[in-house]
Amino acid sequence: MDARTAPAGPAMAIELIGVHKWYGAFHALRNVSLGVARGERIVVCGPSGSGKSTLIRCVNHLEQHQRGRIIVDGVELTNDVKRIEEVRREVGMVFQSFNLFPHLTVLENCTLAPIWVRRTPKAAAEDVATQLLARVKILDQANKYPGQLSGGQQQRAAIARALCMNPKIMLFDEPTSSLDPEMVKEVLETMVSLAEEGMTMMVVTHEMGFARQVADRVAFMDNGEIVEINAPVEFFAHPQHERTKLFLSQILH
Amino acid sequence: MAATAAFVRTAPEPVLPAPMLQRGAAAWLRNNLFSSPASSILTIALAALALWLLPGLIAWATVNAVWSAPDGALCRSRQDGACWAFIAQKLDIFRYGLYPPDQRWRVDVTELAGAALIAWLLWPGAPHRAIAVGLFFVVYPLLAFVLLHGSMRLGLPIIDTALWGGIFVSLLTALVGIVFSLPLGVLLALGRRSRLPVIRLVSVVYIESLRGVPFITVLFMANTMLPLFLPEAWTPDRLLRPLVGTVLFAAAYLAEEVRGGLQIIPKGQFEGAMALGLSYRQMMGLVILPQALTFVIPGIVNNFIGLFKDTTLISIVGTLDFLETVQDAFKDPVWSGPTIADTGYAFAALFYFVFCFGMSRYSLAMERRLAAGRRL
Repeated sequence: MDARTAPAGPAMAIELIGVHKWYGAFHALRNVSLGVARGERIVVCGPSGSGKSTLIRCVNHLEQHQRGRIIVDGVELTNDVKRIEEVRREVGMVFQSFNLFPHLTVLENCTLAPIWVRRTPKAAAEDVATQLLARVKILDQANKYPGQLSGGQQQRAAIARALCMNPKIMLFDEPTSSLDPEMVKEVLETMVSLAEEGMTMMVVTHEMGFARQVADRVAFMDNGEIVEINAPVEFFAHPQHERTKLFLSQILH
Repeated sequence: MAATAAFVRTAPEPVLPAPMLQRGAAAWLRNNLFSSPASSILTIALAALALWLLPGLIAWATVNAVWSAPDGALCRSRQDGACWAFIAQKLDIFRYGLYPPDQRWRVDVTELAGAALIAWLLWPGAPHRAIAVGLFFVVYPLLAFVLLHGSMRLGLPIIDTALWGGIFVSLLTALVGIVFSLPLGVLLALGRRSRLPVIRLVSVVYIESLRGVPFITVLFMANTMLPLFLPEAWTPDRLLRPLVGTVLFAAAYLAEEVRGGLQIIPKGQFEGAMALGLSYRQMMGLVILPQALTFVIPGIVNNFIGLFKDTTLISIVGTLDFLETVQDAFKDPVWSGPTIADTGYAFAALFYFVFCFGMSRYSLAMERRLAAGRRL
């Protein structure tokens, strides 16, 4: 069976079709459908417990969906480990809690996956990592351990680590939520510059300024379903749904 | 406080040196030995106890001891001192057991090579440690086997393992136990956390049943049941059986130790590794186990120390370990006397203490090294 179900150079980077997910009896995702085009930036927002993290984690199969189809970069996610690893190689992910490996230096964090997963020679992997660490402006921290860095620096290191795999898609799961306020900006700036280069991005965040500036579309989730999805100008100026209006009134002042 | 104290500083406050009471020998004494009334009483009581016990012990081991004598006559007349002459006389038996005297250089060479390789392996800054790993785990076992057991082709007479004994057998048992039980323990720990029910069940049954019986039982079973399970041609050597028993028993304990380490690794570490596309083996080998094993170094070393001392139990299935050679030597009528057993046991205790204390200090140093700057 051909793993690549979409035509060559598929327009859709991520396709979710009627996706359902339960945690025990709790219906966490209810019939979610969403297409993310190549080069598109989608911001997903919504109250806590609305399922937005679950949704983004389904895209690289950190969570398993139980009904519906998820097709990432033309590969449909099933329980086949080979397919899951294939998708994960092409999809970078940045977590709320960074998840850097504390026993490795920042540089080793960045070169680990290219060397072991992509079989890149060590010197070449270090070259790429050096460039990307310079890009996120923490090259001077390359030989330190993650525990010696500030939160903002750790998150930028995590972004560099994901980029070292040269991914086609980047997922961000509340990347600034555990940062001190003065460090949010440096991480958002890194993400904006990534967006300007045309990276396909799916971002779960409460940073509405970022959504306005970068997003092609903003999706609002509540109770496990996408309630509303629209271009940011329309989304913020004329929210259609009562729940969206309520949410926006609570987080915008 | 001055009445004119300003609430807003106009100049930076100077950095002042710490008060004298915070530093120096007097401060150290006060903080560590006399920090409270209870602590002071304890300090004085322990000092008194040491003064009461130590002089007698030191005199017994030094000035009152017999350092050299041709037989036990002098020791019998000096009952308030150790009989080190006995140890000196019997040292070869303690070291080699019944290994033929003219072949004992083979044991010496094996021990020296092993000590050198272990030092190379454990020295943190040593060059080319990858070579040391290869030599120690592949070349050394073969070398040790050929040297100790013998090879007619190389002109080394075969020495039956029934003649092996003493310190070298104790060290061999401990080394084989440590080297083989850790990987087996890691596999069992991973098996116990496996998502596959069969693997999990096998691991749980293995760990629980081996932990649930005394070590002596495992040794007896290895001694009598291993030959039953294997074809007659493969009947395992009489020394190999307790070695297998030791490894199997220690692995069950280490598995639980390692599992404890795996459980304190945050879920995010697994997710971070998976999101990068690492396979299960890569995730475990490169990300999870290096951290988990570091966390449980104290527990693992604790097990190794226990294993080292438990090697004294293999004498129960007829293996001549170090402690057994010491106890056998007590029976020599030439040396019989009231101080012989005390001296022998003191020597044995010293031997075990030196090795166990060494392991303990090394693990502490390792912990400090690995902890430096690496905690999240």
